[in-house]
Amino acid sequence: MRITLDSEACQGHGRCYTLAPDLFDSDDEGYAVLKVDGEVPAGMEEQARLAADNCPEFAITVED
Amino acid sequence: MTDTARPPVDDWATDFDHTTSEYAQNAPEIWADLRSRCPVAHSERFGGTWLPVRHEDVVAVARDTEHFSSEGVIVNDYKPVDLAPIGYAPPITSDPPFHQAARRLLLPAFAPKEIDRWEETARATCRELLDELLADGRDVVDAAVEYTQHIPVRVIADMLGVPREDGDKFRTFIHRIIEAPGSAEQEQIAYEDTLDHYLTQVVEARRAAPREEPQDLVDHLLAADLDGQPLSDDHITGTIGLLIIAGIDTTWSAIGASLWHLAQHPDDRRRLVEDPDVMVFAIEELLRAYAPVTMARIVAEDTEIGGCPVNARDWVLLPFPAANLDPEVFEDPHEVVIDRQRNRHLAFGVGIHRCIGSNLARMELRVGLEEWLRRIPDFELAVDDPEQVRWSAGQVRGPRELPVRILATVPHSTTEVR
Repeated sequence: MRITLDSEACQGHGRCYTLAPDLFDSDDEGYAVLKVDGEVPAGMEEQARLAADNCPEFAITVED
Repeated sequence: MTDTARPPVDDWATDFDHTTSEYAQNAPEIWADLRSRCPVAHSERFGGTWLPVRHEDVVAVARDTEHFSSEGVIVNDYKPVDLAPIGYAPPITSDPPFHQAARRLLLPAFAPKEIDRWEETARATCRELLDELLADGRDVVDAAVEYTQHIPVRVIADMLGVPREDGDKFRTFIHRIIEAPGSAEQEQIAYEDTLDHYLTQVVEARRAAPREEPQDLVDHLLAADLDGQPLSDDHITGTIGLLIIAGIDTTWSAIGASLWHLAQHPDDRRRLVEDPDVMVFAIEELLRAYAPVTMARIVAEDTEIGGCPVNARDWVLLPFPAANLDPEVFEDPHEVVIDRQRNRHLAFGVGIHRCIGSNLARMELRVGLEEWLRRIPDFELAVDDPEQVRWSAGQVRGPRELPVRILATVPHSTTEVR
């Protein structure tokens, strides 16, 4: 599974790093930072989907 | 209240008035009705106001900072003149490009790691309030007046470095500005009793006794610079005012509405007590279902909303709670599903003006509910009809009185610190 974060679209709602702490972190201003390089590690697929489906800005996409 | 000054609403699609008690009590039903009849309602009141209720239209307006200005965010009879792009309360009233610079000054103080530092203070505050609430052994208490309203007041006072006792003043300012905008009541007020005077005093006192290292948000703003220049006094007082106005009854309303819900749903209460891991989803679902905040915009140039033409200088209300109840986006939107996993709600807005205090608000909501449930795991509404609970009118929605009957308590001494 591939995951991408559109940093231009991110407004720092923080849903992703709360729901998917293995995949996302917060920077010092509260914006999201992707912790993996695009490939979702095995076992973290549900975290990835949760992050994507809860972002109010549609800033996260996952592709199987 | 404003109801007495304005004629009753005949048709919500063509003559709505969001400041009436009818709107306060029945907003979700009104939004559902409007969604089925005309997704963008209009009213001649307040000099021309529009009300989109679909998720899609609310998002489109919030994102379009070119056609919709933030220089006015609370609808009333008077529109701001010539304040853009800074506005009277930066950054919420600021437009690009100034907006981003003003927002970046505040973002680090409200980032998750900074907000984590306030959690123990918030928890101690909740415990003190619960100790007081339970001290005299009453079975009926007012959860809004005696509990929820004090939590954000004390936390924001601590963050600003002003006395907690000033909280009573904050509540008065907020009522006037949000619940009774532009009403006759306002014209009688002495300047010494206004928010503007209060803020000026805070800044003057701090300037008279400056500190070497910033210790709170007021120090931080006094020490900050934009493009090498110190912030203007109007910018500083506007931002402090914003943090007081936006940080208090919004959060108080969210905690109160959540307790209003839990008082009526024993299964949800039990689930949260027995399975604390549900809290992370429950908070978002309660925020979705009872989102307190509606923002506003002023149309900057003639445009359209969802195919409906709107004129420059009209008001547009952005009812985030209505967007959160849109069946196009949420399955069974009128049902509170305490562990809802897919929840793209807009309780904190959307786009560049996303609520800067969202991490703080979430922490206060979580801690407020956790501490209440730890001491009072079982409770119910102490009125026969949930409709008897009075909800605030205007752009922040939440129960203003919340009589609950306590059915079970846990003594303080046995509560564990997490």
